[in-house]
Amino acid sequence: MQITQEFDFFVIGGGSGGLAAAKQAAIYGARVGLADFVKPSPQGTKWGLGGTCVNVGCIPKKLMHFAALAGELRKDQVEAGWIHTNLQGKHDWIKMTENVQNHIKKLNFQYKNQLNKKEVKYYNKLAELEKSNIVKLIDKEGGIEYVKSKFILIAVGGRPTYPENIPEIEKKVITSDDLFWLPNSPGKTLIVGASYVALECGGFLNGLGYDTSIMVRSILLRGFDQQIASKIEDYMLESGVKFIKEAIPINIELNENNKKLVTWTQKGVQHSEIFDTVLVATGRKSDTNKLNLEKIGIKINKNGKIICTIDDRTSIPNIYAIGDCVEGRPELTPTAIKCGQLLANRLFGGQKKMMCYQFVPTTIYTPLEYGCIGYSEEEAINKFTQNEIIIYHSIFKPLEWNLLDSHYAQACMIKLIIMKQTRRIIGLHYLGPNAGEIVQGYAIAIKLGATKEQFDATIGIHPTCSEEILTLSAIKGIDNPQKEGC
Amino acid sequence: MNPQYQYDIFVIGGGSGGLTVVDEAQMLGKRVGLADYIKPSPHGTQWGTGGTCPNVGCIPKKLMHMTALIGEIRHELTATGWQGIDPHSNHDWNTLVNEVQRQVKGINKANDDWLVTTNGITYYNKLGKLKDDHTIELIDKDGQSGFVTAEYIVIAVGSRPSFPNDIPNVKQLTITSDDLFSLKKAPGKTLVVGASYVALECAGFLTGLGYDVTVMVRSILLRGFDQEMAERIGEFMKIQGTKFIRGTIPNSIEDVEGKRLVKWLLNGQEQSDVYDTVLLAIGRSADTQNLGLEQVGVQTNKESGKIIANESDLTSVPNIFAIGDCVQGRLELTPTAIMCGKRLIKRLYSNGNQVMEYSDVSTTVFTPLEYGCVGYSEEAAVKKFGRENLKIFTSEFTPLFWNFANRKGTCYAKLIVKKDDDIVIGFHYLGPDAAEVTQGFGVVIKLKAKKNDLDNVVGIHPSVAEEIVQMQTWK
Repeated sequence: MQITQEFDFFVIGGGSGGLAAAKQAAIYGARVGLADFVKPSPQGTKWGLGGTCVNVGCIPKKLMHFAALAGELRKDQVEAGWIHTNLQGKHDWIKMTENVQNHIKKLNFQYKNQLNKKEVKYYNKLAELEKSNIVKLIDKEGGIEYVKSKFILIAVGGRPTYPENIPEIEKKVITSDDLFWLPNSPGKTLIVGASYVALECGGFLNGLGYDTSIMVRSILLRGFDQQIASKIEDYMLESGVKFIKEAIPINIELNENNKKLVTWTQKGVQHSEIFDTVLVATGRKSDTNKLNLEKIGIKINKNGKIICTIDDRTSIPNIYAIGDCVEGRPELTPTAIKCGQLLANRLFGGQKKMMCYQFVPTTIYTPLEYGCIGYSEEEAINKFTQNEIIIYHSIFKPLEWNLLDSHYAQACMIKLIIMKQTRRIIGLHYLGPNAGEIVQGYAIAIKLGATKEQFDATIGIHPTCSEEILTLSAIKGIDNPQKEGC
Repeated sequence: MNPQYQYDIFVIGGGSGGLTVVDEAQMLGKRVGLADYIKPSPHGTQWGTGGTCPNVGCIPKKLMHMTALIGEIRHELTATGWQGIDPHSNHDWNTLVNEVQRQVKGINKANDDWLVTTNGITYYNKLGKLKDDHTIELIDKDGQSGFVTAEYIVIAVGSRPSFPNDIPNVKQLTITSDDLFSLKKAPGKTLVVGASYVALECAGFLTGLGYDVTVMVRSILLRGFDQEMAERIGEFMKIQGTKFIRGTIPNSIEDVEGKRLVKWLLNGQEQSDVYDTVLLAIGRSADTQNLGLEQVGVQTNKESGKIIANESDLTSVPNIFAIGDCVQGRLELTPTAIMCGKRLIKRLYSNGNQVMEYSDVSTTVFTPLEYGCVGYSEEAAVKKFGRENLKIFTSEFTPLFWNFANRKGTCYAKLIVKKDDDIVIGFHYLGPDAAEVTQGFGVVIKLKAKKNDLDNVVGIHPSVAEEIVQMQTWK
């Protein structure tokens, strides 16, 4: 075995976490190497440097969500006086995906440049652990080389899972790995799943004009506030999305036109329908099975996720892991980035700060967006009991929605969960436009322990949706959440 | 309840501040009187209850601003695959004005219904004037007078656009924000005189709606605001197509076949141009003339006409209060007037002890590229703390969706931090959805958060707001 290069820090996985850690470590003068290789999806989809977020996650998702929202705005345009807006204009999938992919490719290129500038050696090869300080790198032709590194970071992320009850399912369905790179429009689509991935994709596909159904085994958005999840569902129903509830597919067959005949059971009764595309979004699993972890002795849980200490160490002293492939971490880009940077600071910068996962804000980009920080209502009641908390709520209508005689007057909602004793805010839930932009600032306030009174004492900006958060007075269980007037 | 008087509290002015006082007092069971009357603009424009904000301010402004932004999205519509979009299509002014007025009248009606049906409130659509410290004269549109008495009086008359006093016939030949939002005819080629946020916001959306717009600026843009941000706003507006004439004011305005011939001096040379509309936005004056203030002894600033009130909103007359735009030293904002009104009533009737605070109030200027800010401008911070004691973080960035249609210009964020205690004393954000982004940071600044606290929070991805918690470079 010949070692071709020695490093201080070798990163396996060039996604959000891996790239951030590599770049940060390089700033301290460490010799850094990074291996990123995308195993093609069962449908053959591949992509460049940057990981899930850039290629098949956050970025293309948000762009397509934006495209769908932009389409919706055509109706407002007409009401507001813009002439020659063709409300019947159809959507050109290829035009959109071309633009989305061009942007992604720009980002792939930017990342390569950044690694170059920071003198991080980039290997477009599949990595495997050979020993606890030696990494085996395999290129796409099968060529092998070995590198040695003082510290190794595993940041391999995750990939979509497939249901196990349908034979050859991987040939018949697509996942989020494929959706954003689909060469032709998905047409009439069935989405299987109730995760935010399922709802976000279902949401924008419907908005772009495709006949969209979402098949849900039990509840929507498990783990999220269920009242908000229910309102998200209501809004999507109003928008034309079809939900097939309490159902799972039991068979998918390809017919002679390559369409998918899906059979499912719902309340004991069998149904079937033909779709152009079936998109499976039932969950993701850690991409650790080819890493050779067991041989090296790295402990993983039954879902393949690596078990780490709070300072990101695996069961092998010089091997670390961050991001989606680690047990107990939120599967988010910004947490992976921060975690990677802090790790590099500790390993090479003499710093001690650890990642804190409390009060991490997130946003779901469903047609009506949902931003949240802290406890859901269920989690709060579970942890603190109903007596110890107070929930403020409000249903409001954004000013701009008045342009259309919209039937979504009760769609937007805010919930603020506070501790009765200390008045400290432990949960903020905003369902409405621009959720991500609105919630970001509040995350800092909540992390600092802000109270309801401190929120109320802050003067609002008028007219906005966000100011509603500072003027909540209705208490859930006592007051009606709706109010009128300007 | 003092039986000596007809009302426990009488409010003159039914705007943001006035209506809040009425509502809060009524909820406590007080006998409330309200007089609200719109003196028509020089062009005869009038409106209903609610004051400046819903009728000729925040609300119609934002609707028109949003309409301009919605129009711009046509470029993204095509790039995101929507077919049949004409990026050069025109805008129909009347459709917009009718829609805006429909909404405004909806708010008027909601207010009127509430005023008329709520127990304890008596509403007079009459002009209120102080007769003595407990008596208000109410004059109707035909000039008929009546009198009412009250234990407490609250003056919340707000302000109206100012006119220059050196241009003959200026009131007939120009319009103001009082008239713009209900203008029956499209404004056409427009000259906006002024550099206030009103001037820039109006010029911005008029440009976005497709009109040929020029802004005439005497000296600087957005006086009182952070000047680096103000200049960036101006630059962005230029990219959008708004023209600027800097360093001058109109000398004369003449009617020429229904259009406006405007003349001015620039670098010693006389210049002129013909416009369809001249929109004046050079400032606002407190609407305190003919209020009877002098004879009752309510002190005002002689120059500005603004009422002088202490931190408890009390004027020089013991039972007369004043809140909102008509008071000296107050921020001219709806939310501050509302909170001030609420705290006033709490103090009068519910043992409240909070006075209004005007520091660290978040605001947003709804120019084509929106600008949200809280706390110190760079100029004010440097003046108070000294440049060497500050660390000023900056970031230029492009919103994700701008990549579709290759929008020109950049967004920009600035955080002003004190070196000694790391506290963030100034927040400045120039980019889309500025108000929504800024609001949460309003709480953050009030909590005296440190830069480190902002850095510790995880960003929401992808968003523009997350740029603010990732700022690592400083000037």
